[in-house]
Amino acid sequence: MTTAYTDKSGPFTHAPSSVAKTMATVLAALLPATLYDAWLFGWPAIFLFLFTIAACMALEAATLAAQGKEWRVALSDYSVVLTGWLLAMSLPPWAPWWVGLIAAVFAVVLAKHLFGGLGQNVFNPAMVGRVAVLVSFPVQMTAFVAPHPLFAAASPGFIDALGITFGHAFHFDTMTAASALGYVKTELTKGVPVTQSMPGLMGLVGGARPGSFGETSAPLILAGGLFLLWRRIISWHIPVAMLVTLFVLGTVFHAANPARFTDGTFQLVAGASFLGAFFIATDYVTSPVSKPGQLVFGCGVGLLTWVIRTFAGYPEGVAFAVLLMNALTPIIDHHLRPRAFGRTRTGAPLPLKGGK
Amino acid sequence: MKLFPVRGGVHPEYRKERTSELAIVALPLPSTLYLPLQQHIGAPAEPVVAEGDLVKKGQLLARGAGPVSAPTHAPTSGRIAAVTQVTAPHPSGLPQTTIVLEADGRDEWAELPAPIADPFAADSQAIRDRVAQSGIVGMGGAAFPSAVKLNLGTQNRLETLLINGAECEPYLTCDDRVMREYAAEVIDGARIMAHALGAPQVVIAIEQNKPQALAEMTRAAAGIAAVTVVGVPVQYPMGSERHLTQAITGRETPAGKLTAELGVVVHNVATARAVHHAVRFGRPLLARVVTVSGGAIGKPANVEVPLGTLVSELVAFCGGLSQPPRRVVNGGPMMGQPLPNLDVPVIKGMSGILALTAEETNEQPSRACIRCGTCVTICPCGLVPVEMAAFIRKDNLEAAAKLGVTDCFSCGSCSYVCPSHIPLVHYFNYAKGSLAAANREKRKNDQVKALVEAKAARLEKIAQAKRDAAARAKAAAPSTPEASA
Repeated sequence: MTTAYTDKSGPFTHAPSSVAKTMATVLAALLPATLYDAWLFGWPAIFLFLFTIAACMALEAATLAAQGKEWRVALSDYSVVLTGWLLAMSLPPWAPWWVGLIAAVFAVVLAKHLFGGLGQNVFNPAMVGRVAVLVSFPVQMTAFVAPHPLFAAASPGFIDALGITFGHAFHFDTMTAASALGYVKTELTKGVPVTQSMPGLMGLVGGARPGSFGETSAPLILAGGLFLLWRRIISWHIPVAMLVTLFVLGTVFHAANPARFTDGTFQLVAGASFLGAFFIATDYVTSPVSKPGQLVFGCGVGLLTWVIRTFAGYPEGVAFAVLLMNALTPIIDHHLRPRAFGRTRTGAPLPLKGGK
Repeated sequence: MKLFPVRGGVHPEYRKERTSELAIVALPLPSTLYLPLQQHIGAPAEPVVAEGDLVKKGQLLARGAGPVSAPTHAPTSGRIAAVTQVTAPHPSGLPQTTIVLEADGRDEWAELPAPIADPFAADSQAIRDRVAQSGIVGMGGAAFPSAVKLNLGTQNRLETLLINGAECEPYLTCDDRVMREYAAEVIDGARIMAHALGAPQVVIAIEQNKPQALAEMTRAAAGIAAVTVVGVPVQYPMGSERHLTQAITGRETPAGKLTAELGVVVHNVATARAVHHAVRFGRPLLARVVTVSGGAIGKPANVEVPLGTLVSELVAFCGGLSQPPRRVVNGGPMMGQPLPNLDVPVIKGMSGILALTAEETNEQPSRACIRCGTCVTICPCGLVPVEMAAFIRKDNLEAAAKLGVTDCFSCGSCSYVCPSHIPLVHYFNYAKGSLAAANREKRKNDQVKALVEAKAARLEKIAQAKRDAAARAKAAAPSTPEASA
C-alpha cells in the first residue's frame, strides 16, 4: 500500500497564511481612507483610481503573457492591485487618465517586471511610477484641487467628470490649489515666514484640503496602519522609526528657528507621512527583512523626507526618500543580520562563561 | 521559578484535543514483530539470535555494537522466524536488517537482571550499565542512546537534569498522558538519572497547555526538594534541547558545544519512565506509548505498543484509515518524517503516527518570495532563511553555509509561516546533506593525501638512508681502485 507522499520534508502543517491573504488585508486597511477620499474629490477621483488599478492589472497580465508565464495566478494574489491602489493614492485626484497610465507602465513594467517580477524588484513600484510622472509632468502632478465632495453643488457630475479624467475639461490655471506642504514652500520663497503660512492643524487632520488621495485623510490612514499592526501584517519598526525621526527633526529645528522650519506635528500630519510610514515604506519586497534593519530603514526614510521637504525643490519628499532607502536595503540587510543562536555577531561560537 | 525569554518561534494550532483526554490503551499482542537492528542513532546492533531460536520476553536479541549503539530485546516470547531485510520506517522506504519474531502467545518472561535495590546508593556506573543493557534511547524522537548521555556527568560538572515534557509538537499527546498517568514513575526515573549524572537538581519543564500534566507532576514531586516542576510558555520549538535550556537557565549553548558544558543535561519524560522500569524491575525497553492521530485516522488514540508492531496493525487497532491520507508522518507534523506506507515497524523513537488529510497539511504550490521577513523574525536560531534559501536555489551551498545553514535544526517554523508556501526546510535539509557529504569526501581525500604523503616521505627516508649508507661505505673503504692499480 503506497498512499502517502514522501517527496518533501516537513513540516506537514501550515499556518493559514498566503500572499493573497496578506495583500487583501492591506487593501482592506486602505479602504476607509479611499472611500473618504472618493467622496471628498468626487467622480474624477473615482475614475482615475479605477483606471490606474485596471491599467496596472492589464500591464501585469500583458507583461507575464509576453514572457510566456501564467498571468492568472499572478493576478490572483492581489499584489498588483495593491501596487495600482497605492499608485492611484499618490496621484492628484483630478489628474488626467494618461498620467495614471504612464505611471502604471513605470510601476509595473519597468520597476517590477524588468527586475524579475514579484519579490525581485529593488525599488517600490508605486513610488517609481509616481516619481516618474512627477518629474516628467510637474504641472499635472502638482495640480491639486480643493475638495469637491460628491453630490455637493460644486462637485462635477458623472459626465463632467468623464471629461475631466478622459478629456480636456480640466483647467489647471483656474481650478488648482496648492497642497499644504507646497503652500508653505512657495510662501517661504516669497519671504513669508513659516509661522504665518503654516495652516491650522485641525484642517490638516480633517483632510478637507487640497492634496493627493493618500495625503488628505491622515486619521483614516493612521487607523488603517494600526489595523495592519494589529493583524501583524506589518511590525512597528519602520513606521515608528520614520515618524519619530520626522517629528524629532521637525520639533528640534522649529524650536531653533520657527520662521524657517515647520514644526514636528505639521511634519507628521501634512503630506503623505502616514501613508508613507504605514503603507509605502513597509512594502515587504523593498524594505529590510530584519528588525534592526527596519529601524535603520525607517529612520533613513524619515530623515530624507524631512531633508527633501525642507531644503529641496519638491514640497513632498516621501516618495524620493523611500526610493533612496530602497537602494540601501540590500546593504542594510547584509550588515544587520540577526545574531545566530549560540554565536557572536561575527559568527564565532559564544565563549563558555562561568568556567565551572 | 524565573524563566527566560527564547528567541522567535511559532504558535501552531495544537490539535492535541483529539487524543489528550484519552487514557493510554495497550495494544493486543500482535502475532509477528519486526525488530530492526537500527532503532537509534549510532552503530546498528549485532544479532545474537538466529532463525529458529526460541526466545522469552525481555531476552537479548541483538547487542549494542561500539560506544554509541543500543541493544534490542524480545518484546514477547516466541520463535525467531528470520533475520532478514524489512522496509525501515524511513522516508527512503529502503530495507534494513530486521529480526522477525513470531509470538507464541504465552508472553513468558526471561530471567531479568536483578533490580537495583537502592539506586541512590548505587555506583553511577552501575546505573549507566543498566540503562545501556536495557536498550534505552531518547524517546522524544531523536533516539540517541541514553546511557551515552548519562555519561556526560563524568566529563562535566552538572547542575541540572532537565526533563523535557514540553511536547511542543501539535497532535502529540503521548508524553502528556505518560506524565498524567505515570507521574511517580517519571519522577523516580528522573531522580535515578540525576544520581547517575551527579546533578543535584531535577527540573521538569512542561508547556502550559498541559495543565493536568503539570498538576499531576507537581503533586508527585511534592516534598522532593531536588525536583522542581515548571510550566513553560507555549511556544514552538520549546522542546528543543538548547531552547528549553535557555528558557530554564537563561544561558545560550555556544555553537558546537553541548548543553552539558553549561551544566545541563536534557532527557525526555518517557525516557525517564523507561529508566525507572530498567533500574527498579530490570525490565528492558520493550514497548512505548505512541499517539495515533490525524484526520484520516478512524479512532485517534494513545496506545502502548510493543516495539516491532507493524504500523498498519496499530492503525487498524485505531479504527483504520477513514480516508486516504495525504501524508503519513512518523513523529509530529513539524519535525516528523514522512512514511511511504504503513508496512513498517514501530521503533523506539516513534512518538506519533499521524495520517494527515490534505486540509490538515494545507500544502499549496509555492509562489514567489515577497520578502515579508517573517521567517527571519521567527527563526529560533537567529538565521536568515530567506537569504539561505535564495543561495541554495542557485546551488551556492558555500554561501548558505556561511550564513549558518548547518546551525539550522529543521524545526520547520519558517516553512510553517511562509505565506508563499516555500518549502524552506526542504532546501536546508538538502543543503545540510550535500554539505555533510562534501565534508566527508573532503576528509576522506585529506586522509588519503596524508597517507600518500606519509608513504612518500617514508620511501624517501629509506632511499636517503640507503644513499647515506652507500656514501658512508664509500668513504670508509680505502681508495682501492688506485691502490690496486
